[in-house]
Amino acid sequence: MAENVLITAKRVVAIGGSAGSLDVIIRLLPGLDKQLGYAVIIVIHRRSQQDSLLGNILGTKTDWVVKEAEEKEPVIPGYVYLVPSDYHLLVEKDHTLSLDDSEKVNYSRPSIDVTFESAAETYRENLTAVLLSGANADGAAGMQRTKELGGICIVQNPLSAEVSYMPEQAIRQVAVDHIVDAEQLGKFINDLLKNG
Amino acid sequence: MEKNLHIQDDELQLLLNDVMQKYGYDFLGYSEASMKRRIDRLVSIDRFPSFAEFRHHLLSNEAYLQRFVEEITVNVTEMFRDPSFYRVLRKQVLPVLATHPFVRIWHAGCSTGEEVYSMAILLEEANLLHKSLLYATDINPGVLQKLQSGIFPIAQMRQYSENYIESGGTGDFSKYYTAKYNLAKFNESLNSKMIVSTHNLVSDRSFNEFQLIFCRNVLIYFDKPLQDKVLGLFDESLETLGFLALGAKEHLTFSPIGKNYQPVNGREKIWRKMY
Repeated sequence: MAENVLITAKRVVAIGGSAGSLDVIIRLLPGLDKQLGYAVIIVIHRRSQQDSLLGNILGTKTDWVVKEAEEKEPVIPGYVYLVPSDYHLLVEKDHTLSLDDSEKVNYSRPSIDVTFESAAETYRENLTAVLLSGANADGAAGMQRTKELGGICIVQNPLSAEVSYMPEQAIRQVAVDHIVDAEQLGKFINDLLKNG
Repeated sequence: MEKNLHIQDDELQLLLNDVMQKYGYDFLGYSEASMKRRIDRLVSIDRFPSFAEFRHHLLSNEAYLQRFVEEITVNVTEMFRDPSFYRVLRKQVLPVLATHPFVRIWHAGCSTGEEVYSMAILLEEANLLHKSLLYATDINPGVLQKLQSGIFPIAQMRQYSENYIESGGTGDFSKYYTAKYNLAKFNESLNSKMIVSTHNLVSDRSFNEFQLIFCRNVLIYFDKPLQDKVLGLFDESLETLGFLALGAKEHLTFSPIGKNYQPVNGREKIWRKMY
């Protein structure tokens, strides 16, 4: 398949989470409408051995193509890209993905900040950043950058989070656009992109 | 929240063009997103108030160039990283190397050399080190000095020892180094077979023929045309039936040289040059 004939995604939803976020992702994915023409990038902190397992679990929940992000691959609508463990994922100006094994950020690799910041640079107002449950402050700086460049920031309601620290930090540091209960997230994202 | 500087596309092009013209270092084929992050990070660590001042400092102080090159390239590495990769080296590659009267290996972009020492240990345990040479090259002279010293932080030895065992190592990993204070110094016998030199994959040529080339987690920082060019350089530098070892997320699938290479093992990123 030649890369230059593929139409890359014009809009991206980037989802970041840590402890307690996998259940939320499993529940929100089936709600996302593949026909809306966006791509999803998921950054979850986790141990390295679980890479293929995670892809398999999420793949059964949705009609989207769920795959581990590969370096220099184009971002295609209808695809869910999982950031591989032990690498940061960045988004290039030409809508391709790059992997990076540089220093951990917020004790994390992948870091949510790294992916959100770089996706914001490329997608600007066409980025929707979603931050979920977690025990770490990763993601807040990425939300800040998303906001500065005109994107939309959604944070899981800390009251509905298994570990509230991560969403709380983002809410404290950034004027986020929406705070949404875990149960409502899939529908909320979908409605937002349908009308946007 | 603290406001960080973010380099713009035109500023990046300007800076990289200047560095190319003034110092001859060509970073124009590096992946942009990662390069921007590295520069933002350096500007922040070294507390420059603006890109204009950063650029001026870099272009008017040659002494700062080495720091620039060292900080914008990624120097993260570890011993026996991806232990299953080393298991395949032990089982499927070393027996082939053993059939040669003399073994030449190139570690391209080796950084501080943890991987070169790992390979030297593998060769020692296969009784091949005495007839091997390991060429260790990197763009940064600073990291190569660390490599030559053979001294690494002792705090990492526990992780490396676990990696070593997982890679199929059966000896006592601690016999390869002497611990002093918070440092571990690796045995001289290991680096006696290393030939260390700066080499820039972007601009320098092939300098020898090898039976095995390592270049792990370097190509991810290059754009597609530069990746293909560097893979061409490796192809030129590899004997027929030689081995090429890349990082866990790097592949030959879409590169022009790919058709002449066969994977050694389904999962690990080691290919054999068939033609």
